[in-house]
Amino acid sequence: MRRESRGNPKVTGVLPTALEEATKIIQALLLAGKEYICVMKLHSQVPEDRIKAVLGEFHGTIYQRPPVRASVKRRLRTRKIYYVNFLEMDGRNVLFKVGCEAGTYIRKLCYDIGEVLGCGAHMQELRRTRVGPFIEGEGLVTLHDVSYMFAQWRETNDENLLRSFIYPMEKSLEIVPKIYIRDSAVDALCHGAHLAAPGVLSLNTKIKPNDTVAIFTQKGEAVALSKALVSTEKILKMDHGLVAKTQRVLMPRGAYPKMWRGGL
Amino acid sequence: MQRINTPWEIKRSLAVKAEEETNPRFGHKPEERPVQDYIKFGIINLDKPAGPSSHEVTAWVKRILSLKRAGHGGTLEA
Repeated sequence: MRRESRGNPKVTGVLPTALEEATKIIQALLLAGKEYICVMKLHSQVPEDRIKAVLGEFHGTIYQRPPVRASVKRRLRTRKIYYVNFLEMDGRNVLFKVGCEAGTYIRKLCYDIGEVLGCGAHMQELRRTRVGPFIEGEGLVTLHDVSYMFAQWRETNDENLLRSFIYPMEKSLEIVPKIYIRDSAVDALCHGAHLAAPGVLSLNTKIKPNDTVAIFTQKGEAVALSKALVSTEKILKMDHGLVAKTQRVLMPRGAYPKMWRGGL
Repeated sequence: MQRINTPWEIKRSLAVKAEEETNPRFGHKPEERPVQDYIKFGIINLDKPAGPSSHEVTAWVKRILSLKRAGHGGTLEA
């Protein structure tokens, strides 16, 4: 990560932090939709109705070239803006809320809004209010909270203190479609095998081929992140053949008994 | 205002293909993991303060909780 040397605008908010084995789940959050509340500074006064109209133009699919200091290749790409809502303004400061696809640069969005308005604009302050299932209003803790509660746990040995601010990693997969499998299929997947139809017990509706799906045990533990090969409807009718390709194993080997043999 | 469907608003129900009991001798419900496992498979909804980078904040969490590994989901940078 490049270090900031010049004035760094205030950037705060939801930063899901995965511990130990749970770091494997991060991929799912990187691809998840985000929501931000942003203060944009206009370079000259613009009437409110004009700002609202221009924000409206940024709904839907936009083209965006990543900023100069970005961690990805700087080529024009498309990003979905689910909504941009004007909240309020004070002089040249405009407060708005935006729901967007992963990889949308809000600094760039502000710049582009400024270009369309004709006056120029930059991002003044940014607060992330959602990363996939993690939201500002639910279980958000500060570094101080973490430090305090962890010390309290060490002192009192009261597990509930830890459980009050740490979520099971499965929380990250709340909005990912799931396939629940038999105990007997779990360990094979932990070894990297792909999921075949007989292992499936139940699954979410609306799964389409190529969707990212989470494979779960009946106890609700995450086994793997996979790519669906067929739709929900097809999986329900299949009695053999692969239904999902394992992409990231989340559960350590040996948690469930080995009930498969030979090659995978 | 027009609004396209956000990924967190999609409603899905559950379709059953086959029924089978799960063996209580293996695994745990995520909320019922023994405390060391609970930490190991845990994730914190952290409020990043202004100033330090996402990377630095994650390093602090790692140190506070004396972990071997920690990582953040989605860099939050200016």
